Amino acid sequence: MIGRFPLAKLAGALLVSAAMIGGAAAQTAVKIGVLGDRSGAYSDISGEGSVVAARLALEDFKPADKGLKVELISADHQNKPDVGAALARQWFDRDGVDMITDVVTSSVALAVNQVAKEKNKVFVDTGAGTADLTGPQCTPNTIHWVYDTVALANGTGGAMVKRGGNTWYFITADYAFGQALQRDTTNVINKSGGKVIGAVKTPFPNSDFSSSLLQAQSSGAKVIGLANAGTDTINAVKQAGEFGITEGGQALAGLLIFVSDVHSLGTKVAQGLVLTEPFYWDLNDATRAFSDRFSKQMNGKKPTANHAGVYSAVLHYLKAVAEKKSATDGAAIVAQMKAMPTDDPLFGKGTVRIDGRKMHDMYLFEVKKPAESTGPWDLYKKLETIPANEVFRALNEGGCPLVKG
Amino acid sequence: MTTIFGVPTQALFGQLLLGLINGSFYAILSLGLAIIFGLLNIINFAHGALYMMGAFVAWMLLTYVGLGYWWALGLAPLVVGVFGVVLERVLIARLYKLDHLYGLLLTFGIALIIQGLFRNQYGVSGLPYAIPAELSGGQRLPFMFLPNYRGWVVVASLTVCLATWLVIEKTKLGAYLRAATENPTLVQAFGVNVPLFLTLTYGFGVALAGFAGVLAAPIYSVNPNMGADIIIVVFAVVVIGGMGSIIGSVITGFALGLVEGLTKVFYPEASATVIFVIMVLVLLVKPAGLFGRTA
Repeated sequence: MIGRFPLAKLAGALLVSAAMIGGAAAQTAVKIGVLGDRSGAYSDISGEGSVVAARLALEDFKPADKGLKVELISADHQNKPDVGAALARQWFDRDGVDMITDVVTSSVALAVNQVAKEKNKVFVDTGAGTADLTGPQCTPNTIHWVYDTVALANGTGGAMVKRGGNTWYFITADYAFGQALQRDTTNVINKSGGKVIGAVKTPFPNSDFSSSLLQAQSSGAKVIGLANAGTDTINAVKQAGEFGITEGGQALAGLLIFVSDVHSLGTKVAQGLVLTEPFYWDLNDATRAFSDRFSKQMNGKKPTANHAGVYSAVLHYLKAVAEKKSATDGAAIVAQMKAMPTDDPLFGKGTVRIDGRKMHDMYLFEVKKPAESTGPWDLYKKLETIPANEVFRALNEGGCPLVKG
Repeated sequence: MTTIFGVPTQALFGQLLLGLINGSFYAILSLGLAIIFGLLNIINFAHGALYMMGAFVAWMLLTYVGLGYWWALGLAPLVVGVFGVVLERVLIARLYKLDHLYGLLLTFGIALIIQGLFRNQYGVSGLPYAIPAELSGGQRLPFMFLPNYRGWVVVASLTVCLATWLVIEKTKLGAYLRAATENPTLVQAFGVNVPLFLTLTYGFGVALAGFAGVLAAPIYSVNPNMGADIIIVVFAVVVIGGMGSIIGSVITGFALGLVEGLTKVFYPEASATVIFVIMVLVLLVKPAGLFGRTA
């Protein structure tokens, strides 16, 4: 027994060194998990499209040339925080996932945010709205990529008040996202001299908005703010048309609307809606080229801002990993992502702030009238470009502990 | 302004009327479920998916064939009904001799498959379907703006429910149906083709779901999950009304729509759960449901 021990040790040492030599020759392994809603209310803005976008990012990055070996997996968090957190834990602990992206739905994102910090992995959220991810809940492991509730509030909320909509009534989805959106929009309205005269919370998901719309209608508010998303917003806008809300002189403000929602509503119902997005497929040649590639794999559908965000986030993440030559230390990778400026064909040049906020311009769009639209996906006209430092929350206002002083 | 518990009466009436409209959908859907359960003893979990199919067929008729709403109102239930007949013949008919649970599992599986197929093809955001020109616009009532289309939904629903009830309770055909439920062997001995009756009943039950789907298409987002969202509530309605009770399902459908409407006035956050609270209370007091017969 005693005699055999050094032999075993020697054999072990040989094995380890063999593995190390092999490892040096092989590429750095990276595993990316796309965690989204693949079957529920948000599966058109997340779902398979996010996986396709991540795959396109891999195609463009060419990991093999840069010493990386990237594997992609995906799962459905069903918009449930417990399911999302459990999946994230399993991915980090058992499946060797280094980075999670997409994660639409704020409540799920906040849960995954904690898990990523605990396991020191990387979480780049492209789909959720809550600005708390870069506020009180910010961590050294999380980056919030595409938009947040403050940006939507500043964009759409600010624009509506500027156009004279100074009294508001909210129809709010009763969970983390809706509440954050209402809170942040209320701040913008109050700051610009407007007033919120009422709000109603609706269960999520919800299909019938008639009673909420009726209350909003009788409130006499000039603007009805829809603090919801996805199918909820579609139903609300559709039913607002039916109840003659806009004909009665009230304006509808969809605080979070994606191009897939407008496509589903059609320009006849959605015309005139003002909305804020950081991406539209028809912005320039680069976005059109990306969208064509995306469409070919997605049954003709155009990418949403979330899909574009997954593409851009994966690209920047891989650049950071290639720089560090290892994906294991999540906080170090995120620090690297913050140190490097971002640059990709879809969002252009930008930066990642110390609190995890990815900075880029946003656009104020208006939905075209049926006569102006030349096809089922020709939906927006650009009203203005809102610079990153105006649309996102100032660094010292979020209450993020990573921001000193 | 007059108020009741701090809520203006105008708002209250408005919400009650809206509740009645939502109740119309509950009533048609739960009526179909009740008929199917009453005569076939099948708990038809595919009902929501078939309701969704009704809405999609309406959209397809408009998009691919160019047939508008009124055509869809007649054709879509027919298509869904025929689909139901095929389902019944090929799959469900094999389960009559087994426990309820098998029928429930089978129809639940069918629902998931149908929803999955539609989701794959059309995504979840849904498809646009406009209110027919004849019914757009609305009436300015003293207490609210009532879209014409919503008024039509109540009328259509009441008519269909009443007609169905009359056929089952007052005609010879209905008498055969009821007899076949009570004692199929005896009725068969009289020369009545009972299996055919059951097939047609299932077809009719799901055609009602298809009809509700067409009614819903112009006001709700036409998307593959629309049935899954509503079917759980409708099941609660059927349980409260009493499984298999035809008139019970209709009355409960409308009544619970009203209750939901009231909840939206006083405590909107609870509007998604109030029906289930009532279900629990009713089951505690009357396990067979409000209108159900205890076996």
